[in-house]
Amino acid sequence: MSTLGALLAGFCVAVPPLLAAGFWLGRRTARPSPRPFHRAGLGTPVEHATFQTLHTASLAAPPLRAGLTEETARRASRRLRSLLGTEALCLTDLDQVLAWDGAGSHHRAEITERLAGPLETGRGEAFRLRCETPDCSLRWAVVAPLTVDDRVLGALVACAPGESAVLVRAAGEVARWVSVQLELADLDRSRTRLIEAEIRALRAQISPHFIFNSLAVIASFVRTDPERARELLLEFADFTRYSFRRHGDFTTLADELHAIDHYLALVRARFGDRLAVTLQIAPEVLPVTLPFLCLQPLVENAVKHGLEGRGEKCGIGITARDEGAEAVVVIEDDGVGMDPELLRRILAGEAGPTGGIGLSNVDDRLRQVYGDDYGLVIETAPGAGMKVTVRLPKYRPGVHPAGPATGGLRRG
Amino acid sequence: MNESHAVAAVALVVVATALVGAFGLRVSRTTSDFYVASRTVGPRLNAAAISGEYLSAASFLGIAGLVLVQGPDMLWYPVGYTAGYLVLLLFVAAPLRRSGAYTLPDFAEARLASPRVRKLASGFVVGIGWLYLIPQLQGAGLTLKVLTGAPGMLGSVIVAVVVVANVAAGGMRSITFVQAFQYWLKLTALLVPALFLVLAWQGDGAPTRVFDEPAALREHRTVRVQDTVEIRLTEPLTVTVHGRVDGHPYDGDRVTLPEGVHTVQGGARLGLPAGAPVPVAQGSGDTVLPDTVLSDGALSDGAATAQGERPLYATYGLILATFLGTMGLPHVVVRFYTSPNGVAARRTTVVVLGLIGAFYLLPPVYGALARMYAPELVLTGNTDAAVLLLPDRMIGGVGGDLLGALVAGGAFAAFLSTASGLTVALAGVIAQDALPSRGIRHFRVGAVTAMAVPLAASVLAGRLPIADAVGLAFAVSASSFCPLLVLGIWWRRLTPPGAAAGMLVGGGSALAAVSVTLVGPRPATGVPHALLAWPALWSVPLAFLTMILVSLATPGRIPPGTDAVLARFHLPEEIGGGPVRKENTA
Repeated sequence: MSTLGALLAGFCVAVPPLLAAGFWLGRRTARPSPRPFHRAGLGTPVEHATFQTLHTASLAAPPLRAGLTEETARRASRRLRSLLGTEALCLTDLDQVLAWDGAGSHHRAEITERLAGPLETGRGEAFRLRCETPDCSLRWAVVAPLTVDDRVLGALVACAPGESAVLVRAAGEVARWVSVQLELADLDRSRTRLIEAEIRALRAQISPHFIFNSLAVIASFVRTDPERARELLLEFADFTRYSFRRHGDFTTLADELHAIDHYLALVRARFGDRLAVTLQIAPEVLPVTLPFLCLQPLVENAVKHGLEGRGEKCGIGITARDEGAEAVVVIEDDGVGMDPELLRRILAGEAGPTGGIGLSNVDDRLRQVYGDDYGLVIETAPGAGMKVTVRLPKYRPGVHPAGPATGGLRRG
Repeated sequence: MNESHAVAAVALVVVATALVGAFGLRVSRTTSDFYVASRTVGPRLNAAAISGEYLSAASFLGIAGLVLVQGPDMLWYPVGYTAGYLVLLLFVAAPLRRSGAYTLPDFAEARLASPRVRKLASGFVVGIGWLYLIPQLQGAGLTLKVLTGAPGMLGSVIVAVVVVANVAAGGMRSITFVQAFQYWLKLTALLVPALFLVLAWQGDGAPTRVFDEPAALREHRTVRVQDTVEIRLTEPLTVTVHGRVDGHPYDGDRVTLPEGVHTVQGGARLGLPAGAPVPVAQGSGDTVLPDTVLSDGALSDGAATAQGERPLYATYGLILATFLGTMGLPHVVVRFYTSPNGVAARRTTVVVLGLIGAFYLLPPVYGALARMYAPELVLTGNTDAAVLLLPDRMIGGVGGDLLGALVAGGAFAAFLSTASGLTVALAGVIAQDALPSRGIRHFRVGAVTAMAVPLAASVLAGRLPIADAVGLAFAVSASSFCPLLVLGIWWRRLTPPGAAAGMLVGGGSALAAVSVTLVGPRPATGVPHALLAWPALWSVPLAFLTMILVSLATPGRIPPGTDAVLARFHLPEEIGGGPVRKENTA
């Protein structure tokens, strides 16, 4: 009985990690070879060969999509060599061999020497290799340049024991295919740059109305209550300093909340007792990193909706709580609410510039940074107030409050 | 002992935990409170929270039990548990905070930019967390059984249900306050009774023969053996027996048992004369002797037998595992995220050292007193109950009951706090890395999964030598995450394949070694057994070596951007942040 118990316990202790390891290994080994043609009788041998080729090509594509570097060349060259079926294959950039797969890597220097011509002209070339090593089987090499937008980026070199017109043709085709992948990589990079530029353009759009209104309120206090006016001016300075800061796409929840505090102080000066704010903050989520100025527009929205149309008081609640690897921030108001259909149009960007740029801007940025799973969740109905929920992962690669020096956008 | 007091105390602790968790948010309704509400957690509060989460059943009950059985050698346990934070302070705390990582998998990804290493780290985090949860649940079962005679499973189930319900229902909206509260509760629950116990001891004439070997009875005492145990006698012993010993039924007869091993049937009562050395129950880690496994298993015995065989090696194994293993415990690492910056993280660790050091002065006091006042626990194998039983034994009456209830409450606080900390940390990792897509409900699913597996293991397994599970968790953590963290922070040339290989070889071999000790056909005695029971001494260097060699063999795989990442780890935030950024944007 007890032995059984002990065995069971050991089983329970040992099996989950083993299962996890097995699962992981399985996933790892399964991903590179999904065996699309394992069922017998699927097509003729020619079709099989086609499948095989297409499959090998598809395996070489992902590394190349990251651009031409030593690491990606190393991972791609193995696949490309099996695609061409040669003894050796290497990928070069403009001045050196990046990766050599197969035998005879002592030819590196020679190949580098002979590359200058084809890289200059952008035309392929085949030549005989000089070799003193008696047992080296490589006697002949085909150079096929890799071009993107008519610029030569590097070359694919296939080495073989003897001359072969088939190899020249095949190397040319493969080089063209690799060029297409590199072009796509270029496209990826420009898309990333575009997104970064978009985020930069989207951020920090504090409303000009807010500035005018704040200044007007401060002006109204200047004579009656100079001390209050001074305090408000300082709040205004703090808030604008935060909003207009140049560096960094990200900030911490604590800093963002302080900015919201300054903002609310200015709003309160205008609306006095009509505005009641309740804050519930779990202190452990305060160091969470989030896109710069992504909560303040939501609070601004809540203030606007809360005070709109109704003469009496308005309550705004800001809650931040801890949920494992995520922080959940909820901003709610008891104001006029909104028609969900209109809201959907605003978030989809169809409602024109009038309706709440703040919401769709924040939603866009959250999705850009954290992915589509992390968009805003908004619950509302006409007359029923509005509740906006933001989920923020506590960690995301590339998201640091340190700004673009070390971080930036998640790539890939 | 009066059960109702203890049950009331346990219930009170559970309710208080839930309430502090639910209402622990900082609330403000006026502008002036805004700064208070949005102020980051200071080092002292965070340190109390870390300590509260860290001090588990093994600390609260286990150490006193070990001291009771093994004497002062066992003081290495509290020393090791504390000194782990010294290593953390010196090498890891501030850079880990500056990395911005919330969990260890996050750190692996931040440093090595490799999703695969991240997955591997997640696997180890979940494994270590489960191993650490099992003794918490079993300790809860044991406590409730000692206090009320409830079946051993009940306590485990109660703790599991309370923790999962609280975590999944969002009751831990602010876990920092809960854990800080638990620390002070635990300290009080040990300190106040300890003061009274020491007074009682002084009133008793302050006997000092504390660490006599073996523990001896001070007066005639009748011991009821609940479960069948085997006892080993080094000299003949005359006892009064009601029940079966070595298969013979006795009814109040005086029997002289010769040297050697004897089986005492469950339910038997042994009358031991004053001054008699207390026979020690055989180690319950011994699967060769079937029934002893189910004796009221100490949090300790399996390790203790190995300890007896190779004391010096075992001591060093223990020291290495606890010194280096602390930094890889999932619930410890996530708490550093709460510090606003690296300096605060370092200060927090210093305060943690103080708080934990203060706490660990107390369990050895209980262990020493138990050697004088409750040595017969050694015979029943129920040594972990020493802390719970001492107040009743030494003071008695209503006072003893109340102090006993306080201790029981503290013990439950220990299970609840460590279990909730682990569950939150594991649920985060499971929801993020193991479940297919993300959503608001996945954290709850993760919380249930995090608790279900260890609960099943602890219920199915009956009672295992569970300090081995804690020791295993520490050993696996020391041989997988310690190299990852130390090399990741301090060595530029670490590569993803190196890190993966080191974690697999080191952590895997440690896991295999102790799994063999727990369930396998173990080598009877001697060097191989000690090597397997205390793997840290060879598995940690092995992990470091593998990580370094494989990294050196794959120099092309050093992730791009390593220099920037290391600069962020080591530069204070204000240097690593502002000026650098301005130069770059200009």
